[in-house]
Amino acid sequence: MARLPTFNVAVVSTVLFIACTDFVCCNNGRRVGDNLETEFSGFSVPLEHSFEVDDVAKFRVRGALVLKAGREPSVSLSQNQLSEDDRTKLKEVAAVDGLYRIRVPRVFLQADRQTERQMEGYLTAFVRACAMVESHLSDVISLHTDVSGYLIGVSIVTLPGACRGTEVEDEVDLEVFNTTLSIMAPVNAPGPETALFLERMEQESEKKGKNPQEQKSFFAKYWYLILGGAIFLMVSNSAQPPAGGGREQS
Amino acid sequence: MAKLILLWLKCVVLWAIVEAVFEDQVGKFDWRQQYVGKVRFSHFDTHVQSSKKVLVATERNVFAALNTRTGELFWRHVDKTGSEGNIDALLQHGQDAVLVVGNGRLLRSWEINVGGLNWEVVLDSGSFQSACLVGQQDMVKHVAVLKKTAISVHYLSNGHQKWIENLPETETVDYQAVYSDGNGEVYVLGVVPHSHIAIVVYSMEDGEIIKQMSVEAPWLYNIQASCVVVGQGMLTCVDSAGVSFYMLDLHLQLQMTQVPLQSLALEVDPGFHPVLLSHQPNPARQPLSEFFLQLGPDHYQLLQLNNGQIAAMRDFKPALLVSFATTGEKTVAAVMSPKNKTACSVNLFSAETGRRLLDTTLIVNMDPNGGKPEKLYVQAFLKKDDSVGYRAMVQTEDHTLTFIQQPGRVMWTREEALSDVVTMEMVDLPLTGTQAELEGEFGKKAAIQDGLMSMVMKRLSSQLILLQAWIGHLWKLFYDARKPRSQVKNDVTIENLSRDEFNLQKMMVMVTASGKLFGIDSKTGGILWRHYLHNVPPNAAFKLMVQRTTAHFPHPPQCTLLIKDKDTGLGTLHVFNPIFGKKSHVTPPALPQPILQSLMLPLMDQDYAKVLLLVDDQYKVSAFPSTKNVLQQLQEMAASIFFYLVDSSQGRLSGYRLRTDLSTEQIWEVIIPPEVQKIVSVKGKRPNEHVHSQGRVMGDRSVLYKYLNPNLLAVVTESTDLHQERSFIGILLIDGVTGRIIHEAIQRKARGPVHVVHSENWVVYEYWSTKSRRNEFSVIELYEGMELYNSTVFSSLDRPHAPQVLQQSYIFPSSISTMEATLTEKGITSRHLLIGLPSGGILSLPKMFLDPRRPEIVSEQSREENLIPYAPELLIRTEWFINYNQTVSRVRGIYTAPSGLESTCLVVAYGLDIYQTRVYPSKQFDVLKDDYDYMLISSVLFALFFATMISKRLAEVKLLNRAWR
Repeated sequence: MARLPTFNVAVVSTVLFIACTDFVCCNNGRRVGDNLETEFSGFSVPLEHSFEVDDVAKFRVRGALVLKAGREPSVSLSQNQLSEDDRTKLKEVAAVDGLYRIRVPRVFLQADRQTERQMEGYLTAFVRACAMVESHLSDVISLHTDVSGYLIGVSIVTLPGACRGTEVEDEVDLEVFNTTLSIMAPVNAPGPETALFLERMEQESEKKGKNPQEQKSFFAKYWYLILGGAIFLMVSNSAQPPAGGGREQS
Repeated sequence: MAKLILLWLKCVVLWAIVEAVFEDQVGKFDWRQQYVGKVRFSHFDTHVQSSKKVLVATERNVFAALNTRTGELFWRHVDKTGSEGNIDALLQHGQDAVLVVGNGRLLRSWEINVGGLNWEVVLDSGSFQSACLVGQQDMVKHVAVLKKTAISVHYLSNGHQKWIENLPETETVDYQAVYSDGNGEVYVLGVVPHSHIAIVVYSMEDGEIIKQMSVEAPWLYNIQASCVVVGQGMLTCVDSAGVSFYMLDLHLQLQMTQVPLQSLALEVDPGFHPVLLSHQPNPARQPLSEFFLQLGPDHYQLLQLNNGQIAAMRDFKPALLVSFATTGEKTVAAVMSPKNKTACSVNLFSAETGRRLLDTTLIVNMDPNGGKPEKLYVQAFLKKDDSVGYRAMVQTEDHTLTFIQQPGRVMWTREEALSDVVTMEMVDLPLTGTQAELEGEFGKKAAIQDGLMSMVMKRLSSQLILLQAWIGHLWKLFYDARKPRSQVKNDVTIENLSRDEFNLQKMMVMVTASGKLFGIDSKTGGILWRHYLHNVPPNAAFKLMVQRTTAHFPHPPQCTLLIKDKDTGLGTLHVFNPIFGKKSHVTPPALPQPILQSLMLPLMDQDYAKVLLLVDDQYKVSAFPSTKNVLQQLQEMAASIFFYLVDSSQGRLSGYRLRTDLSTEQIWEVIIPPEVQKIVSVKGKRPNEHVHSQGRVMGDRSVLYKYLNPNLLAVVTESTDLHQERSFIGILLIDGVTGRIIHEAIQRKARGPVHVVHSENWVVYEYWSTKSRRNEFSVIELYEGMELYNSTVFSSLDRPHAPQVLQQSYIFPSSISTMEATLTEKGITSRHLLIGLPSGGILSLPKMFLDPRRPEIVSEQSREENLIPYAPELLIRTEWFINYNQTVSRVRGIYTAPSGLESTCLVVAYGLDIYQTRVYPSKQFDVLKDDYDYMLISSVLFALFFATMISKRLAEVKLLNRAWR
């Protein structure tokens, strides 16, 4: 029940989305060759992180994001393990309820050349360091782009997200990142769905047209009721005078 | 399908019944006040001696006639906003008022008795300079309009153009004024700055140039600011640099004669530009030969032109304002001079002689909470003994109009500042004195200090007070009951303000653009207090916050107004008591740095004042109040205080966290490239909003939980590309704490202005669809799903799963001005959207119609859930207009506040007018109806009671009898 409309919306919006991305590509007026090239090659930007006891951000490289621009942008991540020092530091930061921050440089995915892709500034996000520790470094990072392919935001959550204060005994758990990565473009918001509605209305009227019972006239449909009512009236009219008369007589 | 239609019809019929006001309820719960705005031109209607009209044309593009006896509107015409409807000139002759509108675009004539339009003509393009009425042989039949390059003359009777002539040498000459004195000629005066005056004389008959002259005037650059025509066509100018008069006879036009002011023993205040004021009582005659010269801010001189010679008649110092007025053949000069700190006096002087007229003093008491007088309009009339009487209309800096009669009786005041309300809050009224006393007596402190006996005594005394109050109340009821209903007046004054049973009456604190604050009783609309803030910059932004409510007796309630200069970002705080309007004795901190953000925390200091945090451009945070207690609390809470900043010019949204030393650190950043789209609005949720149910029950009895994130922000962007195929609007839902983008959607082929309402788990926005050329509504709802992640508490830091997003759009048949959602005490009542339409209606649209779960195909379960089948068009039903025929012009904002009754929401719509009403989104489920039959139910009860008594007795008797048998 709840799923039904969701599903509908999703289907419609994906349909629209595909249609509209087509449209965007046409409008961009980029040369086809270049587009293909970028689609195949991809390019990489650093993913940096910072976790300090005094909460003053010092970003270091955590890994490299390989972005593939194109019709359906995709992203993959290759990242290093946490070193021994980092692990202890992360635990220390978690103990004082510090933050674990990440940042990526602003990039423009649709640009042809590397120089055009890079833009000034960074996009930053954070989680609590304790959540990072307690989830054993399993985080979900999503990159958000806008319509024209600019990276506008990054977000990070851990799974599970809560800080319960459970100690992470095993150092090995804090070695390897278990990252789920995704890149998201804006969805197309649906407009009013007049076509479907009209279609439905037409179907209804057709159904009405086909159903012979609906076409019958008022009298044809309810003749028995009218007849019954008439008889009842007649009977009650004819029955009353004798009753009254009888009483008068007595 | 037939069933479906039936259901649909049922719904529609049901809703049709729900809304609407009964005829006898009109005006019972609602009121409307109509305003005109700051007066720019004003004329008294003088063509009939007994006329009660004053015509006003205002800066809000309104032309209206006010009743001089009551101050009410006779009629009002509201033109377009902006420069298109700007009123450039108002000329009045007899029953006609001629307006030049929209920088000389339109010429209109109105009949002033009923306010009907006589005629309207579209003028040739060109920027407007000046206009005047043209008379001939004591008859005024034409109006002349001077534009930058042309002059046209129109008939007053029908607006037809008599002639139009292009002005000569328009490249060099700047024509500024037009003058006529009834001799069949029209004089057009132009100036070549710092060189010479150009005079063109046109014949009234056919527009032929009779004469064309230029006269040396190297000191002149603006005719209207420094010249007037006096007496027999003598152009008189004053030069501040040369400190002298220059005179030019328009009929002879030989040369300008210079008269040094010193020769008249006049001295101009240093740094003051002297101003001339003359008076032409009848456009068909010559102006008076007497005129005023303003020598300083409070210094005027009455002068007379006699045979080409200027003679000083009378010196007025100190004098704040002067004005001429004519009645019959007599012309008087009214002079307003300060009397003492709180009052001014107006006196009449004969214009011919300069002598003071006897018994013409009028005392104007100045409101200490108002502004200085700015303009004086005088209505003079002849008394029976042929002496001159008058009434005065004084306009002050705070846009107030006061109409005063001799000897100083204020007939009415109009607070025209209320035509431009910027923001408002509703504050609960305090308890009555007796109630407050009771509260105070059994406070915590008292109980500890006093012993048993004194407490008993206190209790007895307070019971006595209560008894006394009750008897008083009864007596009043009895006394009022004997009077006819119309005479019973419940005048609300500031003394007898008290909260009513259901908290339906509140204090509306309104902040206006002029910097005047008002306290208005929400039940009657009466203004209970006013306070004018001096030194408010003209482009200030205001934010009003309630720091302490009335719930903390004996601490007075406290409101704080943040006034921020939009250019410099510098702010000031005004702290006041919202019930009495008095400035609080609490001194607000000085704010030397520009303010970026202000936020109210739910923290309270020991005096129950909520803490206001101000973030300056160095990202330093200051707290108000900043007592030790507050700072300590802030230190403890710092790790959980987050805030966000928006820089729309750079498209930057950034989040900060408070550190214990009250510095801040940036923790997240989202940058939306401003080349592609610009941020137009960021909407959070209202902090006083309650959501009663955590989820929605589905048709199959499972629960769909709402995503209720209090930190969620709805960010709306508009594309910079405005081409109709490529323009779009973007909706971003961002968590304000973590900066996580929860949802990102774009509406293609759409354009602003976008109106957004963000509440509970939904966002509703309205936009213009460029593809289909219509207004559309879209609704986004967020759900957590079938199970709740953490049902006890919501934390933005611990909500890893993204919510489900549902969205649906609808067609709306009208454009809208503003939008707001209803708000109730506990959030049980269903929500409505209140939509202000440009037509002046306020529509109450059930949120039920904006529900993305409205099914396209009806199933058993959706019917079970009471979902309305999807229809792409939202209809406007006339019963949904909550203001029935009370049109609210130019609605700018709608404010909603909960009342003590869960069913009732208080609504205030403001714009040019103010309209207050109550709405009941789910009907009045917690109130007995007005026509509830108490008699019937009580008589039935009593009858039943007695029947049981009697039957019991009868049964006993019967039993006894049976026992004896």
